[in-house]
Amino acid sequence: MTLAIELIDIHKRFGNVHANKGVNLSVQKGSIHGIVGENGAGKSTLMSILYGYYGATSGTIKIDGREARMRSSRDAIALGIGMVHQHFMLVETLSVLENILLGAEGGFWLSAGKDAMRAKLATLAKTYGLEVDPDARVADIGVGQRQRVEILKALVRGAHVLILDEPTAVLTPTEADNLFDMLRVLRDEGKTILLITHKLREIMHVTDHVSVMRRGEMAAHFETSHTSVEEIADAMVGRKVSLIVHRGPANPGRVLLEARDLVVRDMHGVTRVDHVSFSLRAGEIVGIAGVSGNGQSELLEALAGMQRLTSGGITLDGAPIDTSRLDPSHMRELGLMHVPEDRHRHGLVMSFEACESGILGFQHDAAYGGALLDRAAVESGLAADMETYDIRPRDPRLTTHSFSGGNQQKIVLAREIERGPKVLLVGQPTRGVDIGAIEFIHKRLMALRDAGKAILLVSVELDEIMALSDRILVMCGGRITGERTAANANPRDLGLLMAGVTDKAA
Amino acid sequence: MELDAIVIVLGSGVRLAAPLLCACLAGLWSERSGIVDIGLEGKMLAAAFAGAAAASVTGSAIMGLLAGLSASLALGLLHGYAAIDRHGNQIVSGMAINMIAAGLTALVGAAWFGQGGRTPSLEGDARFNPVLFGMDPLTIITILCASLTWLFLYKSRFGLRLRAAGENPAALETAGVSVRRIRYAGVAICGLLCGLGGVYLSVSQAAGFLPQMTAGKGFIALAALVFAKWKPIPALFTCFLFGLLDAVAIRMQGLSVPGLGFVPVQAIQALPYVMTVILLAGFVGRAIPPRASGIPYVKEN
Repeated sequence: MTLAIELIDIHKRFGNVHANKGVNLSVQKGSIHGIVGENGAGKSTLMSILYGYYGATSGTIKIDGREARMRSSRDAIALGIGMVHQHFMLVETLSVLENILLGAEGGFWLSAGKDAMRAKLATLAKTYGLEVDPDARVADIGVGQRQRVEILKALVRGAHVLILDEPTAVLTPTEADNLFDMLRVLRDEGKTILLITHKLREIMHVTDHVSVMRRGEMAAHFETSHTSVEEIADAMVGRKVSLIVHRGPANPGRVLLEARDLVVRDMHGVTRVDHVSFSLRAGEIVGIAGVSGNGQSELLEALAGMQRLTSGGITLDGAPIDTSRLDPSHMRELGLMHVPEDRHRHGLVMSFEACESGILGFQHDAAYGGALLDRAAVESGLAADMETYDIRPRDPRLTTHSFSGGNQQKIVLAREIERGPKVLLVGQPTRGVDIGAIEFIHKRLMALRDAGKAILLVSVELDEIMALSDRILVMCGGRITGERTAANANPRDLGLLMAGVTDKAA
Repeated sequence: MELDAIVIVLGSGVRLAAPLLCACLAGLWSERSGIVDIGLEGKMLAAAFAGAAAASVTGSAIMGLLAGLSASLALGLLHGYAAIDRHGNQIVSGMAINMIAAGLTALVGAAWFGQGGRTPSLEGDARFNPVLFGMDPLTIITILCASLTWLFLYKSRFGLRLRAAGENPAALETAGVSVRRIRYAGVAICGLLCGLGGVYLSVSQAAGFLPQMTAGKGFIALAALVFAKWKPIPALFTCFLFGLLDAVAIRMQGLSVPGLGFVPVQAIQALPYVMTVILLAGFVGRAIPPRASGIPYVKEN
């Protein structure tokens, strides 16, 4: 077996942070090699070193058996290494062709290079099935297409090693499957693929080998066919983790939230939520399943008071809500808290200190001092939550964006849960969150349900819905297409409901 | 107005538009590379002074041009150093250049020539004189610059890289191109074009330097740049429109307007500035600046 890449004893320090500690990695030519690890385990740093974006503090890099010195991405490109970054490195105002051309223009004037590149793209489209419209503006194409452009960028530069950093984070399941098909074709053509991810199912699905990183070190190497999701998860977290949520029987109490005939039309007059009714009881989790964009988000936002209701009524703990004046802070006062789907847009202010993000929506509480904020109270509030929720690093004064996705989500969860809600609305609680944090969040929600709170869970992850919910509602095209209890739900049946095949049996 | 009056106004519109166009194109090169430059005014002023001073001492307009270009280029690179290498605030740096230029030109001028900050009147070969259709060489070069800007910005490798640096510098860096070098090239071109505009004011349009003679043209050029949405050909037309407004304002001085009677000179002179505000407020629509402009590019963090 020939090795495409060999990393020997790589160290990288950023100031005091030791991001890579003596990492060794061997990647076989013509294989798909997965690299997994929690957020902050050092995967991205290691790959940036391999791509020449960062210089390693010490260590040796061998490409095709020969020692390589890399001072910039230019060196890596010359050695045949291409990288598809998690945040695409594309210029949105330029066309697909111009983006691919950038840095490999082939002459001072663009016109000759453009013609040559068109021909090259046509060949690649034939060989790998990578079709793109070269004249489309990148701003106008979807994420799946953008990713394709990134892969093409690497291939036209003659890459035989392709690094993909969390490539499926922004893709729909179908787009992800297409990507994996593409990667297999590339591998069969002799390319070497490095796939960085924290989604274990992908690793099992597509890789030949997998290396696990933990806290800047290589924790384990496996051959994919000889390992299991559980084994990889344990190696990632460094202890036994349980991917299955243990739950006792539900004890539903009185109805805490009732939605009657809710209709939401958007600014274009399109009906997003179409006559939805349901009730939510104390001590139960009701999950709303559905493919993203089928009205779940609008329903959640309407219940939280963020979106106008076109018609319908909401009753909270027996008291009707004035739906003509929906307002999030009013809903909070009434005991309905909300963990929004998109924590960056609606849950946090990324440039605020974590403790400031931790009081958003509650900043008028007397506990924080009234007109002038009592800094000590604000900081000690989050400091306490940091202990209970194991939020790391434990510094309430760090800016919000310096926390990992899982820790950011815990800041939002702590803020909403610790205020003692009657009803908790939760949207995509584990999107972009690492395994250790997922386990924690699921346990926390289950504990909340056992304490007699009512939880409405919206998630596009069917596994998550099935693991947590006592009852499952399925939405498609703004309507509820079916309801199942936890006991009689199965993925195939739910999948049909999600596709709008309404049930007659229920 | 009679026909020959229209021709006169059009001709003077072109001459008044030329320095504005230089500054506008200068701003375009800088901002498309990702460096916001509010120091166009200061660089023009410095070039106007250096140009007139050198022309008056040497008696050669060409020497004046070289001196003006050098002065403006030096200030441009200073701004580049602050913004690119030191990751400084580009508004502060640009403003500092404006204040340094305003102060130094007046001070050095007064000390050197003893005419209250003016340079001696330029005559003969110390000035650029008309060579074609009443246009002097600098006007012709300026108009040429607009077409060359279009050509290089959209059709050359350098232009593609420069546009990428202003929109998403990380994309350029990961494509193996140094953002730093591209941005330095952008501010250098900006410096040279401001220099051309400044020298035009003092060695071609006027016969010597007057303190504060740029009179806000660098800022109007920035407004024109927004109005033209950072594109070279619209920039050409916008600057011509502003130049024309200026020419009309000059023409209307001392004339009585039917229905209004005699209009004060100050009101007429304010017209181009008022129009700038109205155009920017009302007609520009959504003008989206280059996405990364004004943001220092820091590679390792």
